[in-house]
Amino acid sequence: MKVPEHAEKFEELAMPLFDQLYNFARWLTQDTTEAEDLVQETYTKALRGFSSFQVGTNFRAWMYRILRNSFLSSRTGLKVTVAIDGEADESLLPAENATPESILIEQANRETVQQALTDLPLPFREILLLCEVDEMSYQEIAETLAIPLGTVMSRLYRARRALRELLQQKNQGDRHGM
Amino acid sequence: MACEQWRGKLDAYVDGELEFAEANALATHLRTCASCAADALERVQMKRSVQMAGNRYTASAELRDRIAKSVGAKPRRNSGWHWKILAVPALSLLILSVAVNWYVGRENARRQRVYSELADLHVAALASASPVDVVSTDRHTVKPWFQGKIPFTFNLPELQGSEFTLLGGRVTYLAQAPGAHLIYQIRKHEVSVFIFQDRGEETSSLPSGPVHAASFNAENWTQGGLRYFVVGDVSTDDIQALSKLLQAAG
Repeated sequence: MKVPEHAEKFEELAMPLFDQLYNFARWLTQDTTEAEDLVQETYTKALRGFSSFQVGTNFRAWMYRILRNSFLSSRTGLKVTVAIDGEADESLLPAENATPESILIEQANRETVQQALTDLPLPFREILLLCEVDEMSYQEIAETLAIPLGTVMSRLYRARRALRELLQQKNQGDRHGM
Repeated sequence: MACEQWRGKLDAYVDGELEFAEANALATHLRTCASCAADALERVQMKRSVQMAGNRYTASAELRDRIAKSVGAKPRRNSGWHWKILAVPALSLLILSVAVNWYVGRENARRQRVYSELADLHVAALASASPVDVVSTDRHTVKPWFQGKIPFTFNLPELQGSEFTLLGGRVTYLAQAPGAHLIYQIRKHEVSVFIFQDRGEETSSLPSGPVHAASFNAENWTQGGLRYFVVGDVSTDDIQALSKLLQAAG
């Protein structure tokens, strides 16, 4: 019996990505059932289109792109998409912040960071997850999000600034609430 | 280059996206500028916080099985009976190879995760204004300092006759487990030695041996119920030399 070669190859490449794809899908959808459907849809589409995948290009970025496009064209995805204006012009200036942020971050426990990530606009949340959790290079992120390298850097910069501000707000809120 | 210009590159630096020469120049600047070093440390801490917070969701085994089945290479139907005799070992082999591939994939990911975290701890310590909490070149000062701070004890080597100098130590954590972080110097390069109990979920059964990860050379081994990691930007020979000294002492 001969096993279809491309299916075997696909399985070998795609299944090790399962856990991280699910985590990413769950963060995007904010819902377990939707995340499961999204991952299932991603694998089905990817297997179907695997013959068009160019060997030598980045398979992980290709899978993430399918997942993300599927999400964006879904009902939830259409609702949560937020345009980011003028990011290509954003200069990468250092964050102006008088608060010693190291203290701030230390105080922020895991749940606080999780809540802040949830509260971030989708484009910021996804780029932070791709960079920090999935440890993608800037080039890989550019391929996944289909944006130029310069935009990756400026969006990442803005995402981190937005996260810092959210954590700072939460921290101040906690202090006032004491 | 002025601090303002360096600060614009700190994100790329902590993300490992700077060219080697530029990263080295920035690393040199960080050693002399407490303000930029504190900024770099904050960014490393933020990265780690997001990494820990972001690894939040685990899929059900049922979903994994369903997807594995849906993408799995399916046997074609055959009217003859003899294909089963051939298919069973072939399928077993396939299942075994898929299982091994999964395992290897997961193990590689785990190994990568551990070394990334150790590289972060190493860089974060060096970028800090005070890389060590006990500052001493004397092992008889550094070792007792850890008493009561970590739930185990360890031996440190006599360095006389070697090129290494002990700079000091600090308490550190890997996957929520406390351990010792010692910093040694050799020819102006700093090398980190991490010691943990060998029972953490992340570190136990990690394959021993030399590794090259995130531009660092590393070695790890277990000895006396402890897991040792040696990480630094020095040559593999230097990493091995320090590892042998530690192994002889342990």
